[in-house]
Amino acid sequence: MNAQLTQFLLSGLTIGAIYALVALGFAIIYNASHVINFAQGEFVMIGGMATVSLLQFGLPLLLAIPLAVLAAVAAGMALERFAIEPARGASSVTLIIITIGASILLRGLATLVWDKKLHTVPSFSGDTPIQIGGATLLPQSLWVMGITLVIVLLLGWFFGRTLIGKAVLATSHNPVAAQLCGINVRFVLFLSFGLSAGLGAVAGILIAPITLTSWDVGVMLGLKGFAAAILGGLGSGVGAVVGGLVLGIAESMGAGYLSSAYKDAIAFVIILAVLFFMPSGLFGKKSADRV
Amino acid sequence: MKWMTPRTGGLALLAALVLLLPLGMVNNYWYEVAIQVGLNAIVCIGLNLLIGYAGQISLGHAGFFGLGAYGSAILSTRYGVPPALAIVCTTVAVAFLALLVGRPILRLKGHYLAMATLGMGIIISIVIVTEDKFTGGPDGMSVPALTLFGLEVAGERVWYWVVAAALVITTALALNLIESPMGRALRALNGSEVGARVSGIDATRAKVGVFVLSAVFASIAGSLMAHYSGFITPGKASFFHSIELVAMVVFGGMSSTFGAIIGAMALTLLPQLLTVLKEYEMVVFGGVMVVTMIFFPRGFLPSLMLLLARKRK
Amino acid sequence: MSQVQLRVSALTKTFGGFNAVEDVSFDIAKGKVHSIIGPNGAGKTTMLNMLTGVYEPSRGTVELEGQDITGLAPHALAGRGMARTFQNLQIFFNMSAIENVMVGRHLHECAGWLAAMLRFPRLSAGERESRRESAELMRFLGLDDYIDADADAMPYGALKRLEIARALAGKPKILLLDEPAAGLNATETREINALIMKLAHSGITVVLVEHDMHLVMDVSDHIVVLDYGRKLCDGSAQMVRNDPRVIEAYLGSEEFTPC
Repeated sequence: MNAQLTQFLLSGLTIGAIYALVALGFAIIYNASHVINFAQGEFVMIGGMATVSLLQFGLPLLLAIPLAVLAAVAAGMALERFAIEPARGASSVTLIIITIGASILLRGLATLVWDKKLHTVPSFSGDTPIQIGGATLLPQSLWVMGITLVIVLLLGWFFGRTLIGKAVLATSHNPVAAQLCGINVRFVLFLSFGLSAGLGAVAGILIAPITLTSWDVGVMLGLKGFAAAILGGLGSGVGAVVGGLVLGIAESMGAGYLSSAYKDAIAFVIILAVLFFMPSGLFGKKSADRV
Repeated sequence: MKWMTPRTGGLALLAALVLLLPLGMVNNYWYEVAIQVGLNAIVCIGLNLLIGYAGQISLGHAGFFGLGAYGSAILSTRYGVPPALAIVCTTVAVAFLALLVGRPILRLKGHYLAMATLGMGIIISIVIVTEDKFTGGPDGMSVPALTLFGLEVAGERVWYWVVAAALVITTALALNLIESPMGRALRALNGSEVGARVSGIDATRAKVGVFVLSAVFASIAGSLMAHYSGFITPGKASFFHSIELVAMVVFGGMSSTFGAIIGAMALTLLPQLLTVLKEYEMVVFGGVMVVTMIFFPRGFLPSLMLLLARKRK
Repeated sequence: MSQVQLRVSALTKTFGGFNAVEDVSFDIAKGKVHSIIGPNGAGKTTMLNMLTGVYEPSRGTVELEGQDITGLAPHALAGRGMARTFQNLQIFFNMSAIENVMVGRHLHECAGWLAAMLRFPRLSAGERESRRESAELMRFLGLDDYIDADADAMPYGALKRLEIARALAGKPKILLLDEPAAGLNATETREINALIMKLAHSGITVVLVEHDMHLVMDVSDHIVVLDYGRKLCDGSAQMVRNDPRVIEAYLGSEEFTPC
């Protein structure tokens, strides 16, 4: 295969995996609460930045990572408890504005807790590039793709086979019925936000060695993960993963073959294209309004 | 008095305020802030028609503001078009663009609509940053001063009157629209879209119309800002600015033109008041948005008024 | 024999494999009162939604005075003289009562943007006339007490009549009412009964979707019976009342005593 094509594919898959994780976070929260969580990107940021801090305190990477994820999970649960829960039943526009406000709040807190500089996180297993078919691949990219795959499989098992996971799915289909079956819907919401935050944080930690991290790294990553979720069909887990990978590759190819200056625009053009022609995305469900 | 309706009364009050304000201005900086408030208010009045009255949403309106600023700047700088004409041409072009993208975008509802306007706004801001041969890229570009009838419009005091006049005119137009058949049609759409449709209202046409109108207001405000400040940067078309504008409309109370003006004032002054605590600006801004939408979803001001009204009883 | 105003032919609506309405045909005669009845889920509201452009038919045609209006948008149908009310009230709660009625007059008003913003005299005069006519219509429907009220301050029964006022404001040829008596007590239902008779006498064609059998048998010139999306029978109230299929499917389960 063409070396250049391979290169684009590999970098596309790497960033695509990150988008997939962020998109999964969107999907899980959307499924549980029909909220579009614009603060999703900030969990990505918290993952990376918290890791930086913890490493600065002298903790080993193996300890810093789970703690950083926990920090993000806590933030996600706090978001649900203090910003989403009080606004139950509000219109979708209201909820969107709340999550946007929350994302600004979180970024503001980030500048206070940390700073506005770019920070590095060391690669998990060194920086020696690997040669594959004429293209180079960073070992970190393998970590990104590998861990994403493991997570996707774990989530599949969780939602498909465990009782809690099925409870979450039931809630997303019909909260009232779920409640009547004894499912604690509030707990499910709490869990969903925590889980999504965790996913975002993992994404942020995985990608930080490659793209560096800073207080506002979450904005673009969040929006692009969001584009991936829409592409895949809002609410569909499979869609989120496929959407993420497709977006990553599209971006990589677009930047390589068309115009690198407009790389960032690709995600948003995709949003518009999907919304205009296929609003329910690749795997989403179509719905008709009852009058 | 038959002519003193809430509409004309409020407008008269605004005009009086605008005329008397300079008496209380201490220095040029105050004028600067007033001009900022005025320009934001003009955008917010239009955005409020879209969000508060017609019940739609736009997370990309800074895009129109930016296009107004850059369009006029580019025409007058690189093509030697007289600034006044440049503003007019830019406004027409933005109206066309809004018409073009508005049709497909406004078929969407709720969060799909929000996402589409978000995408549109960000694409515009990316184009502005990337086409640096025209726009000067991230570093921005300088803009010549506005000339009207041969006279250069420059300086805070002169611009205050220009912006004040534009604000009063915009308010009058908006108020007139609201109390008209088309205004009722827009409010009806917000109340019940299907109810409006069966009553003979072409929902898509109405939505696109108010979208274009709000884009025009934003564009004109952007053009005025460009010629006033003499220098513009892409930040004016950013996603964050779009959010600021929505926050202003939402804070001041949707479904109220005067609420939009007050919202613009409050959230433009807020960063000014926080210069001491500059680092906390984002936290406060974000916090204000969250708290307002949770406890005062109809807007901070209307809820405050309701609370005061209830306390009086 | 009254002339046919609305002709429905083989109208079908499918939702993802499920036929809500299947191959239904009937005629609506001008100036008469027609009712569409059937058990819950029979497809009555779906039928009404297709007639008023809210749903697009999957198959079949609708003709108004000889012209094909199948699949036209609701606002276009309003322009052709069709007006309707809803089972779940679609009142504009963000507006006052009289403004709700004024919206019904939309197509008769000056709806220009420029005229509105610059307040052309023609528009101001139109506003005054609109308000006058809407107030009169509210009085016609017994809503005198609510002329200065906000829609969100009105009781349910009054809101049902407000929606009818809005529908009438456009001076329609055909008025389609979706369960106008739903949620009303006996007195209010009698009032609706009288109102429908009044409307029919004024020459408007009325199409009624209704559950209340007394109301239906009292006012209808012609009845269409739907069951599981198909037409069971149609004819005069007398015919339908005595049709064994209808009795078995629908009337048999109701506490109905023939008059």
